[in-house]
Amino acid sequence: MHRPRTLYEKHIDSHTVCTLDDHGHVLLYIDRQVANEYTSPQAFSGLREAGRKVWRPAATLCVVDHVNPTAPERIAAMPDAGGARQVSYFEQNCRDFGLELFDVLDKRQGIEHVVAPEQGFILPGMMVAAGDSHTTTYGALGAFGFGIGTSEIEHLLATQTLVYKKLRSMRVTVRGELGPGVTSKDIIMALIQRIGAAGATGYAIEFCGETIEALSVEARMTICNMAVEAGARGAFMAPDDKVFAYLKDKPRVPRGALWERAVASWRELRSDPGAHYDSEVELDATALQPMVTWGTSPDQAAAIDGRVPDPQEEGDPIRRQDLQRALRYMGLQPGERLTEIRISHAFIGSCTNARIEDLRDAARIVRGRRVASHVRAMIVPGSTLVREQAEAEGLAQIFRDAGFEWRQSGCSMCLAMNDDVLAPGDRCASSTNRNFEGRQGAGARTHLMSPAMVAAAAVSGHLTDVRRLSQES
Amino acid sequence: MQPFTHVSGVAAPMLAANVDTDVIMPKQFLKGIDRSGLDRGLFFDLRFLADGKPNPDFVLNQVPWNRASFLVVGPNFGCGSSREHAVWGLKQLGFRALIGTSFAGIFFDNCQRNGVLLIQLGEADLQRIGRVVSDPWGAHVSIDLEEQLIRFGDGERVRFDIDPLRKQALLLGLDAIGSTLQRTEQIRAFEAAHLRANPWLA
Repeated sequence: MHRPRTLYEKHIDSHTVCTLDDHGHVLLYIDRQVANEYTSPQAFSGLREAGRKVWRPAATLCVVDHVNPTAPERIAAMPDAGGARQVSYFEQNCRDFGLELFDVLDKRQGIEHVVAPEQGFILPGMMVAAGDSHTTTYGALGAFGFGIGTSEIEHLLATQTLVYKKLRSMRVTVRGELGPGVTSKDIIMALIQRIGAAGATGYAIEFCGETIEALSVEARMTICNMAVEAGARGAFMAPDDKVFAYLKDKPRVPRGALWERAVASWRELRSDPGAHYDSEVELDATALQPMVTWGTSPDQAAAIDGRVPDPQEEGDPIRRQDLQRALRYMGLQPGERLTEIRISHAFIGSCTNARIEDLRDAARIVRGRRVASHVRAMIVPGSTLVREQAEAEGLAQIFRDAGFEWRQSGCSMCLAMNDDVLAPGDRCASSTNRNFEGRQGAGARTHLMSPAMVAAAAVSGHLTDVRRLSQES
Repeated sequence: MQPFTHVSGVAAPMLAANVDTDVIMPKQFLKGIDRSGLDRGLFFDLRFLADGKPNPDFVLNQVPWNRASFLVVGPNFGCGSSREHAVWGLKQLGFRALIGTSFAGIFFDNCQRNGVLLIQLGEADLQRIGRVVSDPWGAHVSIDLEEQLIRFGDGERVRFDIDPLRKQALLLGLDAIGSTLQRTEQIRAFEAAHLRANPWLA
């Protein structure tokens, strides 16, 4: 009898070229990489300086997403000289090293973690690494994805491997039915709030339970995507029929007999009964409510009916200082009701929540309503194909009629590396993943929430419990 | 990679939790295609006031920590974005090692690949070191990687653990890609078998 293994251990074992020591280091083979224009340039320069080639060019897909403008009219030009230089060097690198590129005018362009699943580039059982922390998204497809820095991108391009230290395993079991207006974003935000921004540091999280099984594949992506905000270096779910159905007609998946063979193999991708986890967390989905962040770290969050906490109630002096600093930055008072927080901006976008289902969720709230007069509201679809589909379904018109800007795809105001930047003091309801100081612009204030909650805030002008609006509509 | 053997210098306390890489290296410094100029961007919004002058309240603008080689940091330092620019900036401003209780995973690997030593200690040790180096007279320390020791001005020593593989790479300043490429045949053999067993991956 073999020792029962977790799915994480199976992923690692099946990709281990060799063991490097008895402290958990292995040389790990990587099946796929996605690259962007901003974290890759120095990696390519490193290859050029050393005269090295890309080991397996077909394993890498390059997408322009971080620095491009998202103005409604698509143009090839970048908003600034730095972005233009990065995109032009990216194009040169793709040409010189023989890599496939979706440039800004490509119909398939979009945010890398939306594009890669959409193209069927990521399959169950794959080991995926990319120069972006939200590579964890691919766990929703039964792959294992993790973010790496630029030096590791260079290592991966040159060798198709990484020197990797095995993580500990955490199982997060979510049980019960989600209430109306509560989404997968609320599951992951509640988990981060509960275990903390470093609660899963050093861990790979396996999500399971009937609540997860009931979610769509896109909703699962939101959870795996944002697990990195709890420190997880990978988050995944066992692939099921929903995943196979999601993938079946995607452009790059295997066809015919090879597809059948692949699916049969993917069905084996489950943790063995009795496998050991280093940590276990259980969440009761029936107790969850729509979540919002009030601070400057993703774990500084509460249910929408809550209040801003009082730092005086924190016993630990360093934590008290952190809280005070967060409230000062956010311009909030202890005890303030979250639903009384007035916003100036609303943003629906990012690899966390800008897929077609997210836009449908938001449109359900927006239909027949107007964006509050003091709010600038933007929708940046996760990919150009998502944008097209939303237009075909009439969602774009709903957003435009309500006063939303309907824009082109890119990472945009999630990290504000392009020209979509907030001004100091702006306050944004955002469907993104990070509420860090300055994330959406120096001095700007971010409140994270689900896309439907952003829509509710946009039409109300302040943070709002989406369930009140859904009852009215 | 610059080897790390034995380094002496000033350690600056920065004990806030969850200092993220957006704070370490803000977005306006990410537009390069090389590694230059990142010393200017490091902790930009903390180091400089709106008028561009150094913020006198920020520890790295105060004597003796303005010439620090080490940071003593709060939990989950380096969380968030994968941007290696954060580590390049730390190196360019002269930081050789960080001492903390926990570091974010990608940041941890990025430091290792740039020869920046990360030392992980327990909560109690870290709080004590934070207090010691917050006193200008106690800020000077030396770190001996070979012996795995931090030595303080008053003669006190704190031992730290490190994986032998990481230690060796730092001590020798090893080129990771060069080391891995010595296994080219092994990688090729693995790849061939892997793609044979899972032909849909090819």
